[in-house]
Amino acid sequence: MNKLNEKAAALLQEGTVKLIIGYEQGTEKPRPLFCTVPEDASRLIFNDQCKNNLAVYLTKKEIIGDEKIAVIATYYVMKSIVQLDKENQINKDNLIVLTVDSDGEVIEFNDYQEMEKYADEHVPAPDPKVVAMLEKIDNMSREERWAYWKSELTKCIRCYACRAACPLCYCNRCITEVNCPQWIDPWPTPLSNMEWQINRVMHMSGRCVGCGACAEACPLDLPIGLLTKKMAMDINAEFGSSDDGNVLSTFNPSDKENFIH
Amino acid sequence: MERFIIQTNQLNSWLKKIIESVPRVLAPVNDGTKTEFRQIKTVDEVAYDTLTTTSSVKAAAFPESETLFSYRKEGKNTELTQVSPEAYPETVVWRARPCDAIGFAPLSGIFNWDYKDSLYNARHAKLTVIAFSCNTCDDYCFCTSVDGGPGSTKGSDILVTQLNKEEALVEILTEKGTKMKDLCPDCFKEADQNIDKESVLAKIPVKFSKEQVHDFLSKAFDSPVWKQQSARCLGCGACAYVCPTCACFDIQEEAHGSRGRRLRCWDSCGFSMFTLQTSGNNPRPTQATRWRQRILHKFSYMPDRIGEYGCTGCGRCSRACPVDMNIKEHLISIASISHE
Repeated sequence: MNKLNEKAAALLQEGTVKLIIGYEQGTEKPRPLFCTVPEDASRLIFNDQCKNNLAVYLTKKEIIGDEKIAVIATYYVMKSIVQLDKENQINKDNLIVLTVDSDGEVIEFNDYQEMEKYADEHVPAPDPKVVAMLEKIDNMSREERWAYWKSELTKCIRCYACRAACPLCYCNRCITEVNCPQWIDPWPTPLSNMEWQINRVMHMSGRCVGCGACAEACPLDLPIGLLTKKMAMDINAEFGSSDDGNVLSTFNPSDKENFIH
Repeated sequence: MERFIIQTNQLNSWLKKIIESVPRVLAPVNDGTKTEFRQIKTVDEVAYDTLTTTSSVKAAAFPESETLFSYRKEGKNTELTQVSPEAYPETVVWRARPCDAIGFAPLSGIFNWDYKDSLYNARHAKLTVIAFSCNTCDDYCFCTSVDGGPGSTKGSDILVTQLNKEEALVEILTEKGTKMKDLCPDCFKEADQNIDKESVLAKIPVKFSKEQVHDFLSKAFDSPVWKQQSARCLGCGACAYVCPTCACFDIQEEAHGSRGRRLRCWDSCGFSMFTLQTSGNNPRPTQATRWRQRILHKFSYMPDRIGEYGCTGCGRCSRACPVDMNIKEHLISIASISHE
């Protein structure tokens, strides 16, 4: 990974950026790394095990500050940046996006069109476990499916790691924290856990990039990534891909439903 | 302390007696890819093949949520119903780990520091902890650096140490422990006082001392270390919720028109909302200040106030963290600063 380390060190040395967000080797798998001096760059790695969605940091003012930064992006980080940009959450002037191709070459994108094109040409293969689980759940009867989700979500302890790990969950005040009225009880009960996940997934509709960071973050390994995945598939089937992304807050005069007219 | 030997194949007979006699027995149970403490009804449900559960055992005495009182309004009258701790079930925790058991000392300290918390105390009084020593460990374990250990008896009523395939040493540490032993008197025989359990315990190297961390913290409030260490922290509550000693809670109300209940539920100092005031001011406005609070509380405020450190070295927070905020690594780095 020499070229990545060199490029990152150079960007910091020249003063082009004041921060590079990438990955370093963690205890058992890669974890996010924040490089602020050229010496940090030697710790950077990039491989298939880099799972954290680093785009989650791009909406945190205390991390990114007001100066130019760079992020070393996986496919899902790129897709998240595209979505965040659509939602006006990214200051493009202050963000350099880098990635590393399969030959170890560092690519610096000149603009988001180029990045999106690269991403669309490098779609990772779907996780066979996720595909198998979705098929299994699709084949369940309504009663079985209800029993399955009730059993899984009853275990949730409401630590909100799923929310914290998601780059698109950037609301300053989450619906679970609104208490006038209290839409969702904030303590764990089977009902409120389900309400929380339903709300999380609904708010992701047409926005989720399918990175699976929510499921990866869950300390109890609950299969919550299947919910967002399935939602994305349903949205795609019902609405097609939308340039605006968010099916909850956009409409089209040709929509099938006519309540908006 | 009394020491006995139990044949390994008698452990289930003893557990069966306990299940028959005690209304609630909690034990590690495999659940999907994880292992958690759950109520068991049969001996076969216990998972013996895992090092630790994902969550600690603290919920046995400090549940995720619990009712403080309930109310009903009729006209101008409000009828309050207090909870009656007598109704809490007698509980046995089977195969806790020493790092679970030792956590009840700081928890009891917190819940009795100024206000005596009758709910916690009632649950704890009805709790018997049967811990099993560790003969293995992983990279996240550091109990020996915070004065615990794979064979530590602190906080346990009984400690079971598997000596070999056939036999286990049973240390009866409290009266509650004696009651559990007496449920199956034929299962036990007196142990030879020369039995050395140390040789079968996991070897967990000491990486730092908690005093080193404490010393550094007394002059570290404005240290750059907090921002450096917390940069990747996402601000979720996973670490606090799986921790055996984290005791922060929120007070909530569940209202249904004229009736409802007030309850308390787990909260975390890692959440940005935790210290947000109604004015909009937040005295801990960044994750760095919240990470500092987490470490200061565990390694400075708690030992100063209640004489107990708020960390048992179980490593659960590190295993649960989505971004590998490895507390052992961070504490080693803090302890080494104090030496410079």
